[in-house]
Amino acid sequence: MDLRKLFLKANNEPEDSNPMVRSRYINCRGCGKKLSVARVRKNNFVCPECGRYMTVRARRRILMLTDKRSFTELDREMESRNILGFPEYEEKLAAAKEKSREREGVVCGTASIDGHRCAIFAMDANFMMGSMGSVVGEKITRLFEYATVRGLPVIGVTVSGGARMQEGMYSLLQMSKVSAAVRRHSNAGNLYVVLLTDPTTGGVDASFAMQGDITLAEPGARIGFAGPRVIEKSLKQALPKDFQRAERVLSCGFVDAIVPRSEQKAYLAKVLAIHEM
Amino acid sequence: MEDYDIVLGARGDRRLMATDYIQRMIPDFMEFHGDRLYGDDRAVIAGIGTIGGLPVTVIGIEKGKTTAERIRRNFGSAHPEGYRKALRLMKQAAKFRRPVLCIVDTAGAFCGVDAEEHGQGRAIADNLWEMADLPTPILSLIIGEGGSGGALALCHSDRIWMLEDAYFSVVSPESCANILWKSTEKAAEAAKSLGLTAEKLHRAGLVDRICHGDERKKLAAEIAAELTRLRAVPQADLLEARYRRFRSVGC
Ligand SMILES: [Zn+2]
Repeated sequence: MDLRKLFLKANNEPEDSNPMVRSRYINCRGCGKKLSVARVRKNNFVCPECGRYMTVRARRRILMLTDKRSFTELDREMESRNILGFPEYEEKLAAAKEKSREREGVVCGTASIDGHRCAIFAMDANFMMGSMGSVVGEKITRLFEYATVRGLPVIGVTVSGGARMQEGMYSLLQMSKVSAAVRRHSNAGNLYVVLLTDPTTGGVDASFAMQGDITLAEPGARIGFAGPRVIEKSLKQALPKDFQRAERVLSCGFVDAIVPRSEQKAYLAKVLAIHEM
Repeated sequence: MEDYDIVLGARGDRRLMATDYIQRMIPDFMEFHGDRLYGDDRAVIAGIGTIGGLPVTVIGIEKGKTTAERIRRNFGSAHPEGYRKALRLMKQAAKFRRPVLCIVDTAGAFCGVDAEEHGQGRAIADNLWEMADLPTPILSLIIGEGGSGGALALCHSDRIWMLEDAYFSVVSPESCANILWKSTEKAAEAAKSLGLTAEKLHRAGLVDRICHGDERKKLAAEIAAELTRLRAVPQADLLEARYRRFRSVGC
């Protein structure tokens, strides 16, 4: 086996990727320093040396934001199938399942945050880059419908490369499907808080990521519709510094607040509390 | 004909463009400009008129025919200002209980620094959000290219009709091939796999009607008849049916 390949692959893995083969040390991709996993976890997967935000799996994200043992998962069983018979899609799904240890790219359910009940979803970057196929769209739609019936606020954590090409128009139309469910949830007077994490792009950016009552972002997160390489190529010009980064997107007027990881749970609890008054 | 040939044909510059359809179907069309927020996007033509005697608000994405015109129209790729102009006039249509006709022909929403910083994602998301609840009938007609989110932003409708030689796709076959197989030469294979032709989308139930070339003369009358039928539907039923239409996609 080519060890270099193995090394490269390991280095490209999001830090919080596979709990089964996790070693006790990882190298930060920001500063390159060797860090103990325990130390990184205790610091909410932010590098204690350089402050770099590491990728967090959906399930752990929910644990980080909600009260201990309060999470009840919904629609866990749903799995994608190859609707279009798209080449190599089954293999990619199998690899994504293995890598993420999830059945699909979003985890949904109910939980409480400092005692405040809510519905919550978190997307998973380890599942085909958080791309939105029919199952991701369906699970999020069902969550909004569930929350509408019960009058629950929804907390959403997005991370996505966009629509899932392998499902063609079924994938694109999830943008419409989810948007309509978010609208109904809103019409009924319910709160939707969305937390944009790195990266939130494409079809997710152009739908439910931009439909929150309150739009939060993690420091440095890439947020945008088009990929920066597409823009650079078509314009043949260098991009402005911080282009599509949360701080600049806030300056452009599309984000309410940037909230560091260590403060997110308390922030959400405060927002939920104000909406219960 | 291969699916990829349909894509290439849909991009042809000698096709009828949105302005041609507007001229032929809505002879009394009056164009209105501007989004009232920032600017006026020439890739989007919007206004009012009558189709077969029925008053409508028309939104079209126009690519332009001559080089100068194509540059002025930004090759039919809208900025957020274009989607916001469309939305402004769709809301106005709802106020006057006027049906909306969207004529879609775009390779996609424009990808550029300004478009991003003016909120391209937010603009598309807003259209989906508002159209989901717009209390007036909406019919979208795809006359050439239905390019991804930029086309979808005008297709959250009660009816989606497509010309037989148009396409509607989540991604261009070239980008798809490039991302998945690092080769634009596999675009034809990608086109076939994406299921993007009118025939395939109609068979999948994602598109309501295919408009054949020999029916083009009757198109205005048929659009007017369909919008008249939809206008007679009670508002709550219309919006519920629109919700169900998209709710059922994929699962
Ligand atoms: Zn570091």
